[in-house]
Amino acid sequence: MTDPNTLSPLDLDTPDKTFLDANELVINMGPQHPATHGVLRVILRLDGEKVLGLECVIGYLHRGVEKIAENRTYTMFNPYVDRMDYVAAVSNGLGYCEAVEKLLNVEAPPRAQYIRVILTELNRMASHQLWLGTHALDIGAITPLFYTFRDREEILKIFEKYCGARLTTHAFRIGGLQYEAYEGFEKDVKNFVSFVKPKIDEYEELLTTNRIWLERTKGVGVISGKDAIALGVTGPVLRASGVKWDIRKALPYANYKNFDFEIPTGANGDTYDRYIVRMVEMRQSLRIIAQAVEGIPEGPIMAKVPKVMKPPVGEIYHSIEAPKGELGYFIVSDGSTQPYRIRVRPPSFVNLQALDVMCRGQLVADVIAVIGTLDIVLGEVDR
Amino acid sequence: MIAKLRSTYGSGIEPLTYLGQNYMVVDRSLIPDLLRILRDEEQFDYCVDITAVHYPKREKQFDIVWILYSFPRNERIRVKTLIADGESLPTSVPIWATANWLEREVFDMFGIKFDGHPDLKRILLPDGWKGFPLRKDYGILQQDSEWVQINLGIESGQ
Repeated sequence: MTDPNTLSPLDLDTPDKTFLDANELVINMGPQHPATHGVLRVILRLDGEKVLGLECVIGYLHRGVEKIAENRTYTMFNPYVDRMDYVAAVSNGLGYCEAVEKLLNVEAPPRAQYIRVILTELNRMASHQLWLGTHALDIGAITPLFYTFRDREEILKIFEKYCGARLTTHAFRIGGLQYEAYEGFEKDVKNFVSFVKPKIDEYEELLTTNRIWLERTKGVGVISGKDAIALGVTGPVLRASGVKWDIRKALPYANYKNFDFEIPTGANGDTYDRYIVRMVEMRQSLRIIAQAVEGIPEGPIMAKVPKVMKPPVGEIYHSIEAPKGELGYFIVSDGSTQPYRIRVRPPSFVNLQALDVMCRGQLVADVIAVIGTLDIVLGEVDR
Repeated sequence: MIAKLRSTYGSGIEPLTYLGQNYMVVDRSLIPDLLRILRDEEQFDYCVDITAVHYPKREKQFDIVWILYSFPRNERIRVKTLIADGESLPTSVPIWATANWLEREVFDMFGIKFDGHPDLKRILLPDGWKGFPLRKDYGILQQDSEWVQINLGIESGQ
């Protein structure tokens, strides 16, 4: 056990030479660094500009969410999950509510399912827009940030009108929804879909054939499908490596099997393919939203759930396709009002582990691109 | 699959189902051979998660859970084994590379050691921290006050 402020094992390999002679250099990036999207510290081992290896130091945002869960009731823990992946809070809530519903053996009524899908897909869109803006900004393209934030605002407005909050929405309840869709919700969603479709073309005009963008992303941070599976990488990163796997199709949850949509895949597993995959995903999300908003059935929005929730003794694992990958909840119930144990399987945490493999042999500047393309949220990595 | 495994390992494997989810409780001595067979012969190529649950009143205090998924079979399964406090487990990093950080987190939160792990150290908590927070005897407000005093300069340690 060494002190956290002392050097890491990577430093110990540094050859015993004077600085100018040294052909290997260990440098520290972060935890306060604008391109690490939070407080991530990366220790890089370099040969000139080339990355030989790196080590991630995480935990700066650790709040002990899993410990808190054991000391709260099932209902009380619901708002906490929003604070993990705070740019996709709705997805976190969906995963948690569905997991507890499974444990209680109840199902949300159809109307609630439709509204849930609409909000979740809107959130996927918002998450991808935030990713695109900041990722492009890291690489040096400033304009997309303004475009994506302008359009993401429209999604946040819908969230605000629906539940009063913009980011940490706490939109869903165990068993359904607390709030009925406000008057004009369907119109707002339809307007948004027709508003944002041409905007995605605008983002693509800025980047897809932009020479600088191509130079900075093609062949950068390559990971093969085989390596991605071995490293447990999920979400758009896995799909860009050619593995056609999306939990919405493979193990459908909510009512995704009612909707038509495609799963985009890439061929090269590089940063550019991941960009394309996410762009197509945004369009597919719009497709799902457009179908869902046409078919919202009438009916109740809340299933019959007991006021005091005491799920029977047992354990379950339930996972959903969050914008970043597989978000899973492993819940153990001991029959009391509080969960005995909740384990969150965060996609960002597992995906971040691949950073080392993806950066080896690349340039220092590409590390920034790869961190961006992994689309991590440190609130979820550290929990 | 279960029948085949049972014919090899006998009563060391107990298959169970809860709410449509399959899992098996296996003997500690079958790890890691069973995990390797699940990957190589049964195509469970993706290790979704590794985690633990603490039952302080039991003789074997910890449940270790591997959640596995197979892309070719589109099937999920959980493998569970029971170990006592202080007992260690063989690492599964050579089987699934993703186990590296997941095992580090289990070590960080529960103090369970994995033999043969390439770099077993704390991951979310600072290196010098004392105690394992997700054990049931660790209080919700408890902190390593000595660490807080030394490293953060907060005299009360909270």
